[in-house]
Amino acid sequence: MNRFALVLGLADDALIAAQRLAEWVANAPELEEDVALANIALDTLGRARVLLAHAGEIEGAGRNEDDLAMLRDEREFTNVQLAELENGHFGTTIARLWLYSTWQLTWWEALTSSTDETLAAVAQKSIKELRYHVDHGERWVRRLGDGTEVSHERMQDGLDRVWPHVAELFTNWVGTDLIEQGVTVAPATLEARCRERWAHVINEATLSTPQVPTVPGGGRRGIHTESMGYLLAEMQHMARSHPGATW
Amino acid sequence: MSTSWPLWEVFIRPRRGLSHTHVGSVHAPDAAFAVRNARDLYTRRNEGVSIWVVPSAQITASSPDERDEFFDPAADKVYRHPTFYELPEEVRHL
Repeated sequence: MNRFALVLGLADDALIAAQRLAEWVANAPELEEDVALANIALDTLGRARVLLAHAGEIEGAGRNEDDLAMLRDEREFTNVQLAELENGHFGTTIARLWLYSTWQLTWWEALTSSTDETLAAVAQKSIKELRYHVDHGERWVRRLGDGTEVSHERMQDGLDRVWPHVAELFTNWVGTDLIEQGVTVAPATLEARCRERWAHVINEATLSTPQVPTVPGGGRRGIHTESMGYLLAEMQHMARSHPGATW
Repeated sequence: MSTSWPLWEVFIRPRRGLSHTHVGSVHAPDAAFAVRNARDLYTRRNEGVSIWVVPSAQITASSPDERDEFFDPAADKVYRHPTFYELPEEVRHL
């Protein structure tokens, strides 16, 4: 696995998570939450853009951020499946956003000392944004989990739906040479911290850690859930219908 | 749906040394979320360095019915404006 694949995988994590979250725009339960989710999606999209451009430079084949985002097919996307999971009800979205943001924060904190200067710079900016996203997620998990009977049930249901995709976050997919060069860390090194934080908040929220079987995953090899194709169709249709269009 | 969340008045301090100024209101389930919603709605373009929120229900306002007795008596007291001092020639930019 080379540096291009690493940066592209990180970019896809952000791009797909942003696209999925943006589906809440004009649909969130409250106007203020609508803006909050859109804001988080925009931070995430900003990270995706820088990473896609960086991946294009590393590849050196003349592909820019738009080409990489809009002209690749499903099997060429290497985001983790957690990023693409359907929004479901609000509890599912919060569960996904919270688990994703916590995991991303540990990644980018580790990458602040990356020997890839662009990754290190992205990390400096991203950790501030991600701390806010984690805070937003944790507040909702606590509020819904420790709220009414219905909100507790929905939050637990959301967690149960998303949890099978957590194991994939920590499976190894980066080359040992990249770890030796200090470009990145091994995904497995993030696991203890993530799980500790999740357990802490789940406990505070009076929820329980889901006892559900893990799914095989495979997002890093281009294997995705059924909903991924629909997400890409919506995201890419304009760029593909009108190649090179500008406004 | 929005009726289920209380309303909060939002005050933003644009930068150090200035005071917090009322900018609008947000709905939020509690004070901590009100600060965060205000951050997302009112500081998107670097408008501030500090946010206050106050439950709208806690604000006591003067009534439009009392406008005459509240504000009219000040209208004929021009001597309260500092416009009756003669400034020396040497003092400029005051």
